Amino acid sequence: MSDPFLIGDTMTGGYGKGPDILHDCTIAVERGEIAVIVGPNGAGKSTAMKAVFGMLDVRSGAVRLGGEDITALSPQARVAKGMGFVPQTNNIFTSMSVEENLEMGAFIRTDDYADTMAQVYELFPILKEKRHQAAGELSGGQRQQVAVGRALMTQPQVLMLDEPTAGVSPIVMDELFDRIIEVARTGISILMVEQNARQALEIADKGYVLVQGRNAHTGTGKELLADPEVRRSFLGG
Amino acid sequence: MEFLNAFVALSNFVLVPAIAYGSQLALGALGVTLIYGILRFSNFAHGDTMAFGAMCTILVTWLLQGWGVSLGPLPTALLALPFGILGAAALVLVTDRAVYRFYRAQKVKPVILVIVSMGVMFIYNGLTRFIIGPDDQRFADGERFIISARDFKSMTGLDEGLAIKTSQGITVITAVITVALLFWFLNRTRTGKSMRAYSDNEDLALLSGINPERVVMYTWLIVAALATIAGTLYGLDKSFKPFTYFQLLLPIFAAAIVGGLGSPLGAIAGGFVIAFSEVTITYAWKKVVTYLMPEALEPDGLLQLLGTDYKFAVSFVILVIVLLFRPTGLFKGKSV
Amino acid sequence: MSDMTRTLGMFALVAVLILGTGFLQSWNSALLILNMGLVSAIMALGVNLQWGFAGLFNVGVMGFVALGGLATVIISMPPVREAWAAGGTGVMAALAVGAVTLAAAVWVTRKMPKGRARALAMLAVLIVGFVIYRALFDPSVDAIEKVDPALTGYLGGLGLPVVLAWPVGGLLAAGAAWVIGKTALGLRSDYLAIATLGISEIIIAILKNEDWLSRGVKNVIGLPRPVPYEIDLQNDPGFVARAEGLGIDPTTASTLYVKLGYGIMFTVVLVIILVLAQLALKSPWGRMMRAIRDNEVAARAMGKDVTARHLQIFVLGSAVCGVAGAMMTTLDGQLTPSSYQPLRYTFLIWVMVIVGGSGNNFGAVLGGFLIWFLWVQVEPIGQLVMNIATAGLADGSALKVHLLESVAHMRLLTMGVILLLVLRFSPRGLLPER
Repeated sequence: MSDPFLIGDTMTGGYGKGPDILHDCTIAVERGEIAVIVGPNGAGKSTAMKAVFGMLDVRSGAVRLGGEDITALSPQARVAKGMGFVPQTNNIFTSMSVEENLEMGAFIRTDDYADTMAQVYELFPILKEKRHQAAGELSGGQRQQVAVGRALMTQPQVLMLDEPTAGVSPIVMDELFDRIIEVARTGISILMVEQNARQALEIADKGYVLVQGRNAHTGTGKELLADPEVRRSFLGG
Repeated sequence: MEFLNAFVALSNFVLVPAIAYGSQLALGALGVTLIYGILRFSNFAHGDTMAFGAMCTILVTWLLQGWGVSLGPLPTALLALPFGILGAAALVLVTDRAVYRFYRAQKVKPVILVIVSMGVMFIYNGLTRFIIGPDDQRFADGERFIISARDFKSMTGLDEGLAIKTSQGITVITAVITVALLFWFLNRTRTGKSMRAYSDNEDLALLSGINPERVVMYTWLIVAALATIAGTLYGLDKSFKPFTYFQLLLPIFAAAIVGGLGSPLGAIAGGFVIAFSEVTITYAWKKVVTYLMPEALEPDGLLQLLGTDYKFAVSFVILVIVLLFRPTGLFKGKSV
Repeated sequence: MSDMTRTLGMFALVAVLILGTGFLQSWNSALLILNMGLVSAIMALGVNLQWGFAGLFNVGVMGFVALGGLATVIISMPPVREAWAAGGTGVMAALAVGAVTLAAAVWVTRKMPKGRARALAMLAVLIVGFVIYRALFDPSVDAIEKVDPALTGYLGGLGLPVVLAWPVGGLLAAGAAWVIGKTALGLRSDYLAIATLGISEIIIAILKNEDWLSRGVKNVIGLPRPVPYEIDLQNDPGFVARAEGLGIDPTTASTLYVKLGYGIMFTVVLVIILVLAQLALKSPWGRMMRAIRDNEVAARAMGKDVTARHLQIFVLGSAVCGVAGAMMTTLDGQLTPSSYQPLRYTFLIWVMVIVGGSGNNFGAVLGGFLIWFLWVQVEPIGQLVMNIATAGLADGSALKVHLLESVAHMRLLTMGVILLLVLRFSPRGLLPER
């Protein structure tokens, strides 16, 4: 069996010298697919994603991208390897214009990124309209688009989103999910953590249900939505 | 005619000095605000950085004067300014490497960095006094006035004269050029934008691959340039004395805070607010008012709200008012 | 136990340094260092209360010290009757008008609804008050300052015993601190720092310019002393006999006697304040202060009134600085407003607290002695080093002359280096907080 494109394999670890939060947790995503991590509060969803991105110590297990072991790399180095990360909060430069936010996203690129910016504007037309406005003045949903756009500027092969729909209205949430599907269609793998489990699983190729830092259920989005136990415990019947 | 005389007197004693002083404060406050925005602490050594930079400029000026080099009507110090900036830049970069970097790596609380900057302040102050001594130094040369009061009177036939010192003209022109360059750099260049990004959101800047050490280095270089320019202009306009630079710390901080710490635009606005308040409140208005009032109503007193020695009180009161009613400053600064 | 040994060891070191000064230089120098060390230790205790206990960043120490100095003048100098007759009532009335104006302005802000009307009313009150104040104040001040300007030209004091000025200096400083605290506490630490820096400069400006109050830059000299005068001792046959009995010449003996007298009085004050500070530190109040310092949010969440507690300790710490300031002016025997420099009276005290060990009262006292000793001795030591260093240079060469003349500025450099070294390698100071 060949390795998935990005895999956090049986990861165990926690923040700094603190106790372990993850226990033999495995998260993976295939090329061009959407993988979603769901679970109850405090299950270690965001932690699992941060572990994949190198933001906490993985004491055992490994993270591999395209077959290469990247466990020891810093988050910055992972960005250079083709991973994009959108934090849950403080994910834009509020005092800078939308366009400058995108430019900063492309900071590590030395080639011409005009094309990438055009693609981002195509994906999020509202950003093109507001490109000279300060990002901090935009609405919640628009700010999330800026955040995703910023992460896309490095032309990542995999995009990681930490609760992209936290705090936005249901309509905006649907729109954001549509955009995320569009991003996946361009061949970028998506790994995201979501509170809105049902909606997220509906668009997911693969779903991971975490409980207390361990894999509780794994399967395609449809399988998990159909699984009576998952429904009962996590989806409210 | 009376009105014109009043206006000329006002310009001569209030507007022109305040614009020059405001420009100097604005340059100083820009340095403070940049350090606050990027390195996230209030740098108590800033006044002494200004003194050190100005001192380097003065030493090179003397050397040039010794060689017989001059700029004609302009002060030789302008020619020496780049060397002064180099001196200050070397000093702050060495300081950053030897002192601040250690605490940055430790991620200490900002107040610890403020105390560290107190130590640096002692050292800079000692260095400056050690090299050039604690006394007044003269280094201005060239023409003293762009237009002198007597020329102005004979040109216009007014009773009041308007004198514009060369140093005042140079201050304003240099400040405008410096600020224009700074804003071009911050808003148009990749490095400048990365500095703004770092100041705005450190974690996200790191995620975007911005190298913090590079940002910090550029910040110090810019701060050294701003401090040296501000210090030299102040020295040309008033006089160079190490201790006065230390005392400038208060109006400079007041300007930066009034404008909103971390906001470059605010620093400039703050500089002028403080300068104009200081000059207007400590100016004796008798002369101006005499021109405007009918003779019967002429005031007997000097109409001076406060003695010039209370100029600190002015910065302070404005500072307190702004802090009480608008804690983030006129332009939204960081309120952390 | 090792804490104890360390503390004792450090203080033994200070004792050796001061005794060494006595043996190697002169006992007069040693006692001078001891007396100013005692004063410095008290100032450091005050700053330690604010910074070490509560984490308040006060860089206006100089202002409170100067207020203590002013208290010495107000308490101990004889009143100038002619000046009081000339303008005393006028000045007092003017000050009363000023106070009433401010009170009225505050009352207007509190009572009227927010809006343009309130702003205008407040402005009107302030302007009218200011005009009346100046109308009363200016002529009275002119009158006062005309009274024998070479000798007095000010209102003088109350003619009370000078020792009374020490607590009064504390009260004066406490009053100023209360006003500052009311406005600036609760703001962030940097802002408090700038605000205190500003107020201290203003206090010095007042001392320098309000001649009717403090004679300004003309200085007040010949302040009464709590100890006898040397000349009286030298004329006292009993004293001369005792001095000769000890084998010391009467002149030296008299200077030593006077300095020892000050030393004993200062030690008593230091011990009282130190004991009180220790009791405070160990009390529930002290524990609460440190809890607030370490986690303000948690303390607030537990229902502690953080701002009120901060105000308390800010006022207390400033009062201690005021007491020390009054003692220092008493020791000097004169008030010279232009001698107050922030590097010496604010930042040097900070070096003492940080080097000694913030949060530890004994550390602050140690820092006071040690840093004061260095402040005094760096110059002769520097002179010595520089003499050796420049020995190779030709006599009279410009560089040599410059280097030798610049030695005086070595102390600032040294203080900076010491502060940075301690912050780097022993950030909690020589005697860390337990």
